[in-house]
Amino acid sequence: MRQAKLIIIAGSAGSLQVILGIISAVGRDLPLPMLIVVHRNVDFASSLEELLSARTRATIKEVEEKEPIVPGTIYLAPADYHLLIEEDQTFSLDYSEKVNFSRPSIDVTFRCAADVYGKKLICVLLSGGNSDGVEGMVYVKQKGGVVVAQDPATADVPYMPQHAIVRMTVDFIVPAEDIPAFIRGLAYLPPA
Amino acid sequence: MIDAIRYEEMEILLNDLFTRYGYDFTEYSKASLQRRIQRLFTLDKLPSFAEFRHRLQHDPQYFRRFVEEVTVNVTEMLRDPSFYRTLRSTILPVLATYPFIRIWHAGCSTGEEVYSMAILLKEAGLLHKSLLYGTDINPQVIEKARKGIFPVSQMQKYSENYIQSGGIKDFSSYYTANYHLAKFDSSLTGKMIFSTHNLVSDFSFNEFQLILCRNVLIYFERNLQAKVFKLFDYSLENFGYLALGAKESLRFSSIADGYKQIGKEKIWRKVHETG
Repeated sequence: MRQAKLIIIAGSAGSLQVILGIISAVGRDLPLPMLIVVHRNVDFASSLEELLSARTRATIKEVEEKEPIVPGTIYLAPADYHLLIEEDQTFSLDYSEKVNFSRPSIDVTFRCAADVYGKKLICVLLSGGNSDGVEGMVYVKQKGGVVVAQDPATADVPYMPQHAIVRMTVDFIVPAEDIPAFIRGLAYLPPA
Repeated sequence: MIDAIRYEEMEILLNDLFTRYGYDFTEYSKASLQRRIQRLFTLDKLPSFAEFRHRLQHDPQYFRRFVEEVTVNVTEMLRDPSFYRTLRSTILPVLATYPFIRIWHAGCSTGEEVYSMAILLKEAGLLHKSLLYGTDINPQVIEKARKGIFPVSQMQKYSENYIQSGGIKDFSSYYTANYHLAKFDSSLTGKMIFSTHNLVSDFSFNEFQLILCRNVLIYFERNLQAKVFKLFDYSLENFGYLALGAKESLRFSSIADGYKQIGKEKIWRKVHETG
């Protein structure tokens, strides 16, 4: 497998601990950009950035619209907007209708990223209580990207990764405790 | 389904629409636009891109539908209550010193923000000397805004926003509920002027002390944003205010030097003379 150009970590209820583990495992030398898309309450929006920043030496940054996507940065999708990616690898925000009762919708970001990054995309679906993200994973795979699901048996809320595994053949099913090392391995793969 | 409408096809379509109808979407952010066009294409079950293109070129009614469906019309009353709290505490007291207050809501969609502002002005005792202009590219949402009728199902959320924004009255005193609809008070509507206006192609039409354009610029590419900022700059009185959406900023724009941000909210004050 070759090095990707973007890793997206997505989840909902029960995903925070795993996300903290992942970002603790990567440093300032992270050779690609990482994007975190989680469903969260608008009222707690600002505290998540601080919480994550305390756990990693990599730069944590809530996405600003039209911002270029650069390696070494861990981006956080803002609450209450869909997060899109333009062909020139910049972020766009969109305040249109919720998708799967969610904004940001994981499906929306996965699809958009797949159009731009194709085979150079890795998507990881973690614990969560609805099926947002599953159709996006199917699309990512059609476009040649790599899809990873948290092992539902190790998820606080297994519904989301379980649904993905039933719906499609995911490339890797990884237990919660192994996810940080696994993602680190993918992120630090030597370039092709 | 994989990518029914490709970017190259979208470019063709946008050029058609500009030539045929004079609506220029070519500097809209492409990822969002593609998603909206794709959605319409799927919704209307069109057999092919060629068919879609033909219909848009030859059926003005269908083009109207395109404008209505492709532009985003999601809005709510008193969204981001802390923003409205700042309006109450910091901006309205300054506007109060003017003999007459003119406010422009650019890209107001179905008008929820205009009604929110009217409520704030009324509570500050300023509504009688204010005029609120609401404009949008989409004639259908402007029609809705004029009526001031919103789903009753939203009122609980709006009432919570209202309280968080510093409101101390009973929010339901501003509307009359009838089955599933809430009609807002005519004392509010009486101070509003709604009209279509295209930020891409239309000119400045007045001078304002406050312009609000929240979550509209996110749909525009940088170049178009720059043009719209110039339009706003031209339409603002000296020491007037410009308010943007929570994730939008004046920071990287060409007019940034002439503006000063007010606290943490996305509100800027014009501190230079219009050149």
